[in-house]
Amino acid sequence: MTKVRMRQAVIQALADELESDPSVILLGEDIAAAGGAFKATEGLLDRFGPVRVRDTPISEMGFLGAAVGAAMAGLRPVVEMMFVEFTGVALDQLVTEAAKVSYLSRGELTAPLTVRASAGAGLGFGCQHSQFLDHWFRATPGLKLAVPSGARTAYGLLRAAIRDPGPVVVLEPRVLYGDREDVEFGEAGILPLGRAHRVSSGDDVTLVALGATVPTAVAAQQLAAGAWTADIIDLQTLVPWDRQSVLGSVRHTGRLVVVEESPYSGGWGSEICDYIAGELFGELTAPALRVTTPDTPVPYSQPLEERFVPSPELVADQVGQLLATGRRPAPWWEASAQR
Amino acid sequence: MTGERRERRAQLATPLGPFERMAEIRAVEEHIQLLFNEGHVRGSTHLSNGQEAVAVGVAAAARLTDVVTCTYRGHGQALALGLTAKEVIGEIVGRTVGCAGGLGGSMHLVGPDVGLWPTFAIVGAGLPVAVGAALASQVNRSGRAAIAVFGDGAANIGAFHESLNLAAIWQLPVVFVCENNLYGEYTRIQLSTPVSDLADRAAGYAIPGLVVDGQDVAAVTAAVSEALERARADGGPTLLEMKTYRYSGHSKSDPGSYRPAGELDQWLRRDPITIEAGRLIDGGTATAEQLAAVSSRIAAEVRRAAADALAAPQPAVAEMLIHVHG
Repeated sequence: MTKVRMRQAVIQALADELESDPSVILLGEDIAAAGGAFKATEGLLDRFGPVRVRDTPISEMGFLGAAVGAAMAGLRPVVEMMFVEFTGVALDQLVTEAAKVSYLSRGELTAPLTVRASAGAGLGFGCQHSQFLDHWFRATPGLKLAVPSGARTAYGLLRAAIRDPGPVVVLEPRVLYGDREDVEFGEAGILPLGRAHRVSSGDDVTLVALGATVPTAVAAQQLAAGAWTADIIDLQTLVPWDRQSVLGSVRHTGRLVVVEESPYSGGWGSEICDYIAGELFGELTAPALRVTTPDTPVPYSQPLEERFVPSPELVADQVGQLLATGRRPAPWWEASAQR
Repeated sequence: MTGERRERRAQLATPLGPFERMAEIRAVEEHIQLLFNEGHVRGSTHLSNGQEAVAVGVAAAARLTDVVTCTYRGHGQALALGLTAKEVIGEIVGRTVGCAGGLGGSMHLVGPDVGLWPTFAIVGAGLPVAVGAALASQVNRSGRAAIAVFGDGAANIGAFHESLNLAAIWQLPVVFVCENNLYGEYTRIQLSTPVSDLADRAAGYAIPGLVVDGQDVAAVTAAVSEALERARADGGPTLLEMKTYRYSGHSKSDPGSYRPAGELDQWLRRDPITIEAGRLIDGGTATAEQLAAVSSRIAAEVRRAAADALAAPQPAVAEMLIHVHG
């Protein structure tokens, strides 16, 4: 175990895959000479050379599409999208091309590419550089989607994504790049896609979290100071998501709270709640609750942006209300509108 | 299947090969029109009548290991590369004998063993993918080249610019083959494009750009061969503009009534099959009677292939659920 920052874990995962598989190449804006806008590819150009570690023009459709073609031709390209929003101008290549390659060739061709993108709010980049946008990738059969919650998962999920036979999107919460965590490097540190991880065990409620909301959920439980204990589940992969882990936990606790950095309308927690409500109807002791962002763009102002993402205080408060009343508290923006 | 496809590809190198294949493409497209009229083709379908020389010239110049990314107007390209009439028609009528088992349809033909990657139904989408195939070749030093076949309409989409730029800065082994058939869907090129020769755009990327007679299969083969040779010798990409013409409308719902009177007739006088027949007759390779006999033999084969395709089963429901994530 080594304590490293998340961005260093990303570098190590890329380096280990470049080392172990000659078909791995990296493409992206400013990833080679500059080491990446978030320094998540630092040192790799020196180590692996300009044929395999390439700076691209500001040309997302071009280089994402080139990654699709290179993947179909036998390479395992890893593309960095500096901000997930930049995928918007290249979405065709991921959603309409890469995700259909295997299906249209009846498995004869595959597109084993990985798209890494920094995502999410919290650093004051404003509304065009702070979205999470998991929903762009979530409902496209043929794509997988993983989200690390720190250095350990950044390392393990990225290596698994690169080895996956098809296209995988990895959304790296930008706010976590500098955070340190113990990481097990090497083969043992690879985390299979589609499996969740139980961060803590408790009896009163299941908190399902993803990416930056995992540390939020952990902090919320600390704030509760023993008033309640939670099974905190780090989903790790959103497509496909680990239904069995969540089901098993909610069967034990009887209460489900999803903590999302996602809009209230159409956020990924709806999928979790729908499944659990369908499977455990009658066994739940409280309605399923989602703690999400409001249906607004991400505000720039620091206090507003801090309010925008679910905070540990908000999560602790909402869980406390759910447990005390057995009813689902209104989202904060509706409650404050009523005031 | 692979054996037969490869054999068909090798036939392009025989003296009558290009003529035969162009005649076959024409016969298949005419037959697809009938099948569409009879209700056997779902959605839409995009015929390539008149553009046969480009498809056959590209296939004749390419190696089996080269990659071709092609548009939804790709029936001719698939046949040229070696797919059989039965598997092309079979796909268009959604049967198991189709090249994608009936799950793709007219716009999604595929044959990786002869270089045909799933054809692209989004205008311009095949260009960056071809660039990627060429990038893989450069990384692996495999000697494989890529050919992106696209229409004049794609020359105005961002993917065109990004792809030519990337290929040029990295000097990738890719040939961009633009089939300029004068119409982007229903719109005449003069209304969408300020240059009369799209090949001129190559200058903006500091790569060679050539105008080619797209109705002359020998000229197409020669131009693509030369560009491929340059690509394999680390000479970088080339833009080839094939001047050609689409005899049909954009798709089956389009009669092409926006075309000026007389334009089609003018192009029919430069029909690629007639031009190649003239060359064979003038060169003493074949007589007009022999070529007529070849054409009727091919027409009969295509009729048989279509009947076989229609008689084949529909895919099983379970097929829908597999190969989703490769």
